[in-house]
Amino acid sequence: MSKLVIRNGRVIDPAQDLDRFCDVAIKDGIVREIGSEISSVGSEEFDASGLIVAPGFVDMHVHLREPGFEHAETIETGSRAAAAGGFTSICCMPNTQPVNDNATVTSYIRDRARRFAIVNVYPIGAITKNSSGEELSAIASMKQAGIVAISDDGRPVMNARLVRRAMEFARVLDLPLIEHCEDLHLSAGGDMHEGVTSTRLGLRGIPGCSEDVMVARDILLAEVTECRYHVAHISSRNSVEMVAFAKKRGVRVTAEATPHHFALSDCDVPPYDSNYKMKPPIRERSDMDAVTEGLANGAIDAIATDHAPHPGAEKMQEFERCPFGIIGLETAIGLALERLYHPGRVSLSNLIRLFTLNPAGIVSLDRGTLRPGAPADVTIFGLDHDWTYDVTNSPSKSRNTPFHGHEFRGGPVATIVAGQIVWRLNN
Amino acid sequence: MTTGLLDIESLHREDIETILTRSKDFQPAPGQTFKRFDILRGRTIVNLFFEASTRTRTSFEIAAKRLGADVISITASASSVSKGESLVDTLNTLGAMRPDAIVMRHSASGAPHFLSRYLPVPIVNAGDGTHEHPTQALLDALTIRDRRGKLEGLRVAIIGDIAHSRVARSNIFLLSKFGVHIVLCGPASLLPPQMGKIAPGVELTWEMEEAIRDVDVIMMLRVQLERQHEAPIGANEYFQFYGLRPEHIQLAKPDVIVMHPGPINRGREISSEVADSQRSAILNQVENGIAVRMAVLERVLIQ
Repeated sequence: MSKLVIRNGRVIDPAQDLDRFCDVAIKDGIVREIGSEISSVGSEEFDASGLIVAPGFVDMHVHLREPGFEHAETIETGSRAAAAGGFTSICCMPNTQPVNDNATVTSYIRDRARRFAIVNVYPIGAITKNSSGEELSAIASMKQAGIVAISDDGRPVMNARLVRRAMEFARVLDLPLIEHCEDLHLSAGGDMHEGVTSTRLGLRGIPGCSEDVMVARDILLAEVTECRYHVAHISSRNSVEMVAFAKKRGVRVTAEATPHHFALSDCDVPPYDSNYKMKPPIRERSDMDAVTEGLANGAIDAIATDHAPHPGAEKMQEFERCPFGIIGLETAIGLALERLYHPGRVSLSNLIRLFTLNPAGIVSLDRGTLRPGAPADVTIFGLDHDWTYDVTNSPSKSRNTPFHGHEFRGGPVATIVAGQIVWRLNN
Repeated sequence: MTTGLLDIESLHREDIETILTRSKDFQPAPGQTFKRFDILRGRTIVNLFFEASTRTRTSFEIAAKRLGADVISITASASSVSKGESLVDTLNTLGAMRPDAIVMRHSASGAPHFLSRYLPVPIVNAGDGTHEHPTQALLDALTIRDRRGKLEGLRVAIIGDIAHSRVARSNIFLLSKFGVHIVLCGPASLLPPQMGKIAPGVELTWEMEEAIRDVDVIMMLRVQLERQHEAPIGANEYFQFYGLRPEHIQLAKPDVIVMHPGPINRGREISSEVADSQRSAILNQVENGIAVRMAVLERVLIQ
């Protein structure tokens, strides 16, 4: 069968506490050996000189829009964007049409992924039927069908009693419950972060407290139920501090942050540019700094993109009419290097951990490491090559990004899934 | 490049000075009627109002006609939207008819800014959502100057639903550029603390008496009945706490002027006695609206 040797790269695998220049041998989709001067007789070779060789990156929060919104993205195009961004595994949120709230939809997504996706796709099931927040969905049968977590992402469960019940089930099924933390009464009608900028622009605000009260509520419920609870796209200083506090108390809580929440603050938003409109919104400088600190000190466990494709026509409207969300798969590594690694805030090993071991652990994947015997998912990236993001060349079907034209230093070079090179820079 | 007039915030003080100075040329002498000019003869201006408006639309229309321009007024309300046409397509369609400028009012904050990125036609903002109403602030500044001689160093109170007021925002941005001391006053939920940070020289108070003490100008804002649910104060109580009455006038400077962008709700935010008093500059504002809009249209169309 197929053999591949990745030569001369700097191999970094936090799971093995590994950081050295060596070769990685892959056979039949499995990592066989890590060592020096591995024989490559009969093997394909990849020269990784000057590059970082890491376990395949895991993005535990994307929207693939299929089924139902194939004009915005499909499992295939989303997976291609993932590969181009250095991700080998992605978890897709259930807000499709129909919502992934039963085993049939879960199986459909898995089947489509098997046939069309070029990276691993793991569905996340809905907490409530149709994500309408009224009645629990078929969580156990979805788990059998292959979901890795439950979430009503985008439509937070406002009923605390229902969240508690869902957490009780999730605890027994050992699934994490992922909450999009937003009190819908506090955020009602809001279009951007509530602050001086929104006040200046006459836009209705989404206050930081709309996120904080939900994080607080859910942490308390997670403590009661002993459920594994995960905060999606954490964006406010108070929420980061509460998660850190809950961890100290021994609550089973984890959190993810998106690149845009550590790369941008509301002062950076060009007036009424819908490519900067998302939930939670880009918040203030001090919130952005708190997210960065949280990633550096372990309060936040993972980097996830919340890749949210919307076709051009939907984003080309009055700001208040535009849907929330931006695409993010292809710019995540570049932004992480720019904001976290190059300024010396996060070590390379910890940065890789945020993209691999930690998210894989949260959604219980047997991935996120290059240990011999593990699936041969590998992300190869550079630290110093200059490149400019041109969204018009994106494999995604959508173009809604604030980073078009952004100049990066370092980024993905090759993406390997189960031993196959599925994407290469300039190829 | 044709820039139009989108907001006050991005204007320089000198730009505002130029507009106000030019407006003086368009004011009729006392007792005289407005003169007609030929400055914009052969030019076409489209007034596109997506929100109901009588006074602003009429004022722009008269201003354009007094400059000799051809004007077409369209009340679009939601008609094109209800047919499924996007705002960009509506404007592109109108833009293809090659008007020289589009005067536009829209209920979404930033709608004219958004369109100006795609349209080659200059846009004059006649009010966008809860953001800005630039010509209102210009006509208010002209009115204050006419009555008080200057703007610098004055103390101006703006009272009412500040949070949702485009008139308030434009006035704050403008007056702040001239070193005016601005006091904002309204019910707590309609006067968020961030309002004090959008421009220098802004102070906040929730007490009417405190706001009015020693001010040179009182600007009342219209009570927006549709926003009442945001405040725990009923319409009648509102007048008790934030309605302008004759006894308030005593607290201000003796020559204080009272302004209101209209339409006024008598007995809701302002009493009839005050609205009709010598102190009221409300009708001067209306008159100055035409002169200021003439100056703005000239500036936008004649580069």
